[in-house]
Amino acid sequence: MKRNEIVHRLAQMLITLVGVSFLTFSLMYLSPGDPAEMLLEVADTIVSKETLDETRAQLGLDQPFHVQYIRWITGVLQGDMGMSYSAKMPVTERLWQCLPGTLVLAGSATVMMLLIAVPCGILSAVYRNRAVDYLIRGISFLGVSMPSFWVGLILLYILGLKLKLFPITGGAVSLERMVLPALTLAIAMSAKYTRQVRTAVLEELGQDYIFGARTRGIPLRKILWRHVLPNACLPLITLLGMSIGWLLGGVAVIEMVFAWPGLGKMAVHAIEMRDYPLVQGFVLWIAVLYMGINLLVDISYTYLDPRLKKGGH
Amino acid sequence: MALLTKDKFLFGLYTVLVLVLAGFALFAPWLAPYDPYDAVMRHSLQAPSAEHVFGTDKLGRDCLSRILYGTRTSLLMTLSLVGIIAGIGTFVGVVSGYMGGKVDAVLMRIVDMMLAFPGIVLAIAIAGMMGGNIVNTILALAAVSWTKYARLGRSLTLKLRERDFIAAAVTTGTRPRQILWRHVLPNILPTIVVTAAMDIGTMIIELAGLSFLGFGAQPPTPEWGLMLNEGRQHIQTAPWLMLYPGAAILIVVAVFNLWGDSLRDILAPQRAN
Repeated sequence: MKRNEIVHRLAQMLITLVGVSFLTFSLMYLSPGDPAEMLLEVADTIVSKETLDETRAQLGLDQPFHVQYIRWITGVLQGDMGMSYSAKMPVTERLWQCLPGTLVLAGSATVMMLLIAVPCGILSAVYRNRAVDYLIRGISFLGVSMPSFWVGLILLYILGLKLKLFPITGGAVSLERMVLPALTLAIAMSAKYTRQVRTAVLEELGQDYIFGARTRGIPLRKILWRHVLPNACLPLITLLGMSIGWLLGGVAVIEMVFAWPGLGKMAVHAIEMRDYPLVQGFVLWIAVLYMGINLLVDISYTYLDPRLKKGGH
Repeated sequence: MALLTKDKFLFGLYTVLVLVLAGFALFAPWLAPYDPYDAVMRHSLQAPSAEHVFGTDKLGRDCLSRILYGTRTSLLMTLSLVGIIAGIGTFVGVVSGYMGGKVDAVLMRIVDMMLAFPGIVLAIAIAGMMGGNIVNTILALAAVSWTKYARLGRSLTLKLRERDFIAAAVTTGTRPRQILWRHVLPNILPTIVVTAAMDIGTMIIELAGLSFLGFGAQPPTPEWGLMLNEGRQHIQTAPWLMLYPGAAILIVVAVFNLWGDSLRDILAPQRAN
């Protein structure tokens, strides 16, 4: 990726963010429920009509839509996303509190997923249409058809409750408590990714140069390590970037199942409490995270693909 | 007599399975041993037995009956969702691709924007904020899922536009509406249908996921995601409550995935791996 391409992408990201922010803001604007009322309820004051009106004026809720939106977006650009009603602290602070939990969980799930999916995908491709391939394909088919939260519940029941291998009750972030949620996410992601690894490796194995190498008597193991895997890496990195989008959504459900203190659980709670500023902040953050990761994936291409390094496509 | 190919045989087999599931949904009132809403408190949280094959939930309702009625909820929700997104998405894509110019530029910018964002996150926010109920859940997922079909419809239309028979229709003065209905749509329909069929499984899972979070179907509706959420609270004492609804999702999604794949093999064999 050349510099002006990166600038172009950043500009595109900015437009998307403005669009997403506009969308979420109008959604909150149109939603039932009055933020002023909720703010006062949280503050435990006796609510009179006057105080309500006063708070509304204070929050700028009596202003027309576009004024409110511009006020909010100017704040966001200055790093101020408003106050969370339910957490009683600035939205930005609350998001920073919950971010590490989600990042650690998503990161370890991705590593586990790669450890499961890459070997299985390669095995499946190399032993195409043999017993191993059918077995792996069968399992990944079942995996794709299972809702991740159900997998989570079953793991919780078997590994947590019956075998008592892992703690099941809520608490702070710890390695022990992370195993089950991370494993659940990894299993759900592996099912899809194994298929993609298989396809990528198969495609590479079908190339003419592989046939050439094999006819020259080079052992398959050597061809795999030296040629097939490095070449199959590129499409897999793109797919990895895409599965991170799924991960950011999927993590919310899994965090709920395991009461894991992260952004997803926070968001579900915020929605239940109708904590609009916090929900808006969450959506914007996820948007930034997702687009940032995908930009990094594309930039990494420049370094991994020698064809792009020299400038041409 | 022409031999039945393997693809066609499989498609027939899976279609029968799909019809069986549709039968469960349609005839739930006759198949279910109990009323799914009938709470009998003294039968609360009973383990599976001859009387209640899948056990009972906290309110003493029969689990098997609720799962059978759940087929109804799930299939109805999913089919409307897939119908809406395939319809709207294809419409936008075809118009965008055929018109070109400014319409196309604006519509595609919107699609790009939606695709640059994890849709399920937005769907959770939309469904939750609009207030959890079945219609809002469908709308929320529709709002973030139609873009895929817009992309597909557009690229298919662009390819078709180059073809001679479209040029012939244009030169003979056929009106654009006519061209789109008579010439473009029938040609892109198979691909759209295959994509929609393969989407059903994913959508069943996403709808159940939103209900599981509490932003979809509300109690006492018999819905699998919601039942799993209720079962989660009794995982220690009544594991059957979370076992059977999940198994139901797995079976239905698996059948629809197999059916979608086999439909693809028949209608668009070049896209098979």
